[in-house]
Amino acid sequence: MSKHRQFEGQALSWEIKGGVVELALRREPCNEIGSIALAELEKFASALDQLEDEAHALIIFSQLKCGFCAGADLRELYERSQAMEKSHATEGVRDFLERIHRALNRIDMSPLTTIAAVHGVTFGGGFELALVCDLIIADKMARFCFPELRLGLIPGFGGIPRLKRDLGNAVVRDLLLTGRSFNATKAQQIGLVSQVVSEGEALRAARATATQIGKFDRHTAAKAKQFIKPIPSEELQEEIDLFCELFSRPAVEAGLRKFVESTDAQPYLP
Amino acid sequence: METAEKTLDEILTLAAAHFKVSREKLSPDADFFKALGIDSLQTLDLLTKLENHFHVELPDYELQGVSDFRTLAARIQARL
Repeated sequence: MSKHRQFEGQALSWEIKGGVVELALRREPCNEIGSIALAELEKFASALDQLEDEAHALIIFSQLKCGFCAGADLRELYERSQAMEKSHATEGVRDFLERIHRALNRIDMSPLTTIAAVHGVTFGGGFELALVCDLIIADKMARFCFPELRLGLIPGFGGIPRLKRDLGNAVVRDLLLTGRSFNATKAQQIGLVSQVVSEGEALRAARATATQIGKFDRHTAAKAKQFIKPIPSEELQEEIDLFCELFSRPAVEAGLRKFVESTDAQPYLP
Repeated sequence: METAEKTLDEILTLAAAHFKVSREKLSPDADFFKALGIDSLQTLDLLTKLENHFHVELPDYELQGVSDFRTLAARIQARL
């Protein structure tokens, strides 16, 4: 089997089966996105050029029980930023964000029809990864949240522009400014999730959807997607700039420290 | 409309079943983190389970500082 068709990494793996690429997230404790996950996402984005010749759909899912993805690896972010001067830490964050934006934009604009099959925790960067996909299929125990304001930050992996692309501004403000989490039923009501299924059924439903998608002409499906789903490039760049501006404020260091050192049963609450 | 006592009873039954704890060991005023032995992610699971069961939406910040089943039931009751 050629190299691009299958990959087994620390944070993720992928394979292609029957014209469907399946990208599995699998890094304990809950698929936090740090330097390892980023490097492997970049590898996947590069492999897409070849995968797209052989597939019609992509499914992103998690192999872990806790959920789809708990977001950015805040412990790594805190430890790395503590180990260097403030200005260097901000430069490091900008570099990380630019790299992950490139990888996520590549998946976003893929001619494949992309499906996020989510369950459990789908927070922060994990939510942003799901938003890159064309469809989100959620099991009824999935929970979504943008908790970044609790840390003195905004979502940095493209979350706001992509949420705004899909939903009304009032809904975006509610989710962003309250930082509250919400379940799959609510996510479907606001138009974010296309299907809600029973516990443990999201991947099966995603595979059935991918099979259906495979019946259509690939060129037409790709053109339809290109027509309806533009990349909000300008806003994505503005998001990186704003994130870096906020990251240099003392409130962020305090917020990250509190999260990392918390032994509270509800560390996700401010 | 469900009564507060019925809501509380349903919460105890649901929590016991979901986290595989004996229903008899759960009392209305017990600290649910300790009684169920759950961490923050499992607490979110409990919240989702309760929202699905009662067909309500309960913002997690309303649960800040709430650790006993009785107060949890009151928060849910307020949204039924």
